[in-house]
This record gives sequence, structure tokens and C-alpha cells, in this order.
Amino acid sequence: MTLNIQNIRGQFPVLNQQVNGKPLIYMDNAATTQKPKVVLEALAAYYTHDNSNIHRGAHTLADRATRAYEKTRSLVREFLNASEEEEIIFTKGTTEGINLVASTYGRKFIQKGDEIIISTLEHHSNIVPWQILCEEKGAKLRIIPVNEKGELEMEAFEKLLTEKTKLVAVVHASNALGTVNPVKEIIEKSHKVGAKVLIDGAQSSAHLDIDVQDLDCDFFVMSAHKIYGPTGLGVLYGKRELLEAMPPYQGGGEMIKEVTFEKTTYNEIPFKFEAGTPNIADVIAFQKAIEFVNELGKANIREHEDALLHYAEEKLKGVKGFIPVGTAAKKVSVLSFLIKGMHPFDIGMMLDAVGIAVRTGHHCTQPLMNRFDIEGTVRASFSVYNTKEEVDKLCESISKIAKLKNK
Amino acid sequence: MSDINHVQDEIIDEFSILEGDRESTIFYIMELGNKLDEFPENARLDENLIKGCQSKVWLTTEEKDQKVVFKADSNTDITKGLISLLIRVLSNRSPKEIIDSDLYFIEKIGMGNIIGSQRSNGLASMIKQMKLYAIAYQSKQNV
Repeated sequence: MTLNIQNIRGQFPVLNQQVNGKPLIYMDNAATTQKPKVVLEALAAYYTHDNSNIHRGAHTLADRATRAYEKTRSLVREFLNASEEEEIIFTKGTTEGINLVASTYGRKFIQKGDEIIISTLEHHSNIVPWQILCEEKGAKLRIIPVNEKGELEMEAFEKLLTEKTKLVAVVHASNALGTVNPVKEIIEKSHKVGAKVLIDGAQSSAHLDIDVQDLDCDFFVMSAHKIYGPTGLGVLYGKRELLEAMPPYQGGGEMIKEVTFEKTTYNEIPFKFEAGTPNIADVIAFQKAIEFVNELGKANIREHEDALLHYAEEKLKGVKGFIPVGTAAKKVSVLSFLIKGMHPFDIGMMLDAVGIAVRTGHHCTQPLMNRFDIEGTVRASFSVYNTKEEVDKLCESISKIAKLKNK
Repeated sequence: MSDINHVQDEIIDEFSILEGDRESTIFYIMELGNKLDEFPENARLDENLIKGCQSKVWLTTEEKDQKVVFKADSNTDITKGLISLLIRVLSNRSPKEIIDSDLYFIEKIGMGNIIGSQRSNGLASMIKQMKLYAIAYQSKQNV
């Protein structure tokens, strides 16, 4: 099925504006995607009609809010193909999901001398929590290297895997380069040495089909705002037996069963990990984002985005001074690049001057930038509402900028 | 040589031709950077880096005939263009002129809007550093 992109664009009010006197071309989707009207309307509708605290209220509004909130959980379960709703925990985002696992699973199950494996592709959110944990526990962090194309070196990974490996935390798709990692293989091999695996799905969940049962990952984390949903909301999937064995993350309302000053007993999962009043409005609005994606179909979204990426790559191939960074065989729609003799900041600013929004810098993946011995890149990342004409404009501007230094 | 305000007015005139068009303004600023005097390779030291700039900016000074001469460089072309404007206004002036200067041209050419908040902070750091050097030279001259 071919998507009607103009129709899709019509559902995103933010796209209909001028920036610096030029029509906005939004290509910073790996940072955050824009929100369709249905999501915006759901936010307004919740606050207009249903605003209420959930799970405890004995009144109609509380009941409506609770049902809507739990309906999202059920949709997320389907979205990830988890076997049970109890395995779906709402968090603030991918970063909190990782921190939750590091500080609860990590606190309980990681010991001195244990090893945790991450990769060179990780963004800081999937590095720092493990560094903190390792420091605290006397455990060791091991890093999977990447090759020149920005793909994981799987042979090196296998060498890192030993009986000391307790946890492997890798990104599904790299935010900086777009590389899609062979996570199923990673999970299978990690399980052979008895290690648990966390998959960082921040960049993959909008594009790739996620089936946590098929993957057999132990944890999967993602953010709502990268799949057309609200900011400040994410999901942690964890296998039931692990979540049950983990101590709570934060103390407070919702996560308790009974509190006395002598002893507190904790609630069942998922509530054990959802202390305090959650992000109710955003959770409810997230439903609409998931439905939006489901209606379009991830395969169709992927097909459109891949076409844009390949079109851009093809067009830019001959541009003198254009240097692609990250040329993995399997990628999500991320075009990371440099122009010879120019600083990424300058390129970003020149593109902004003609209305094109891209990201520049290290993309919170400094170790990866160090690996390529660069300070950062310019990153254009495509979404379902980007058009071929926009890519034309991007390529035209890049060529013009490249000519300044590469005649 | 014309005074600081005269040079500022010249710059304001030059930018007014661009009529606030961002694209042409940025290209123009970059061109200005290319015209900056060669920065000595051996001065590209960490100790000459200005703190508070997102891009790297090296600044050195020397005193010639009681005047402060600035040299600067950056790893980004746009920043280099911005420095070239500051150098055009402030270099080869007496410490007192530099200290007393009111750099109104920055606002008049709408620089804040063009370069955004991060780079504006960087620009402010550069000016601060240039004035600090001038203060140091003045106290030395007064001894």
C-alpha cells in the first residue's frame, strides 16, 4: 500500500508553518516526532472532560480516567506483543526505563566481578546508568566495538560473552547512525551464557515491528514521543518473573499494598513500579499515537522512510565534499553526514536559515563520535510525513553548502 | 583610523543591505571569517581557548604602540565570522577605548535573532574576554 503523504501531513498542524520565511522542513525526527491532531485533541479532551486521579477514586471521572489509562497499557502490550499487560510499566521515557532496570535489577542481582556488556553505538542514557551501577558494585563494563560502517563487530561480542556476563544492554537502532543491530542474535547468544538482555528501542519502535516474545528479550524500553506520542512518557517491558523479583524503584502511592510504620508490603506489578500520580493525560493520549501508527502500518511507514533515505543517499553520492557517517547495511531512516572542511554547527545553522530542521553535534553518543574521531555530525532523520520534495530541498541545500568549501 | 562607533556604523550599513535575510546573512558572516588574518598555528593552545563558547574559539593579544592587537580563530566558520567583526571594531585600539566601548552594532544588526541563544552567549564571552585583556593592559600601562 502506498501512503497518501499529503493527507498524513494534513494531520500534523505543526508542519504547516514557515520558519525564517521558508516552509518548515522538519527532519529532526530521531530527536522527537511531531504529533498528529488526534493526539493533541486527546490531551485537550482528557483535561476538558475526564481529569481525575486514577485507580483510587470512587467517582465517575476517576473511573473513566482509570479505564482510559489502562486501555493504553493494553494497546502497548499489543504493540510490543508482550504476553501480559502486567509486564508493561509506564515510565518517563527510555532513559528512566534504563535507570529503573539498572537501579532495581542491578542493585539486587549484580555483584562484584560481574560484567555488563554495552556497545559503542549506545547513547549516554544506555552508558551512564551502567557506569554508575558498575562503580557501586565493583562490576565491569565491556564494550562491543563497531566497524567502519558503524555495525557491531559480532565476533568481538562473542568473545566478550563469558559466564561473568550478567547483563547485555544494547540499542536496537542507533540514533546517531541509524544502524539496526542484530538484536535477536545478541539475545540468543547472551542467554546461552545466562545473561539477561535489555533492548533500547527508543529509535526502533516507530519503524520496526517489535515482538518481545519472539525476540525473547528480558527488558525492552522505549519513549512515546518518538512515535508521534507525548513527551515525558515511556514504556518499560520486562518479563514477569524478573519484574516480580526486582525491588521497587521509587517509594510512594500506587506502589504499595499496605503501609505501616513497621513494614510496607508492595503492590503487584505493574503498579509496584509506578509510584505516585502517573502521567495520566499523556498515557491516555498515547493511545491515539499507537492507533495512528497501527492504521498506517509500520511496514508502510518503513517503506516510505526507506525510500526517502535511499533517494537522499543516491542524490548526495556525487556531491563533492559530502561524507556519509554510518553506512550500515541495515538502517532506520537516519542520514548522518559531514561536509569536508565545515563544522556541523555551521551546516545546521545554514540549513535552518532555509527552514530545514536537522540535528548537529554528538547526538549524546560521544564515545561513538570518538570511535570515528569526529566531534559530531549533521543528522537528518526522516519520518512518515516527510516528502520527496523536502528531500530534494535538503539535498539541494547540502550541495550548495558543500560548494562553499569544495569547489 | 576611524573610531569605534564609526566602524560600528559601517558594519550596520553593510548588514542593512542584506535586509535581515537569514541565509544571505549567514553566508556573508562566513565570508567575513575567511578574510580574517591567519592565526598562528602554535597559538592554538587550550590556554587561549575562550570559556563559554560552544565551538572552539582561540584568542590572543599583543601590545603594539600602546594599543591592543587581537588575533582570533575558531573551528567553525560562522563563529570565525563573528569574531572578525569584533576584531574589526576592537583590535588596534587603546585599552581605554576598548573598555569604554558600547557595542551597539550587535543588537542593531539583529545578531541575537540570527545566531540564536547559544551562540549569543558565546559572543558575550568573547567580548568579556577582550575587555578583560584591555583592563589588564590598562593597569600595566598605568604602572
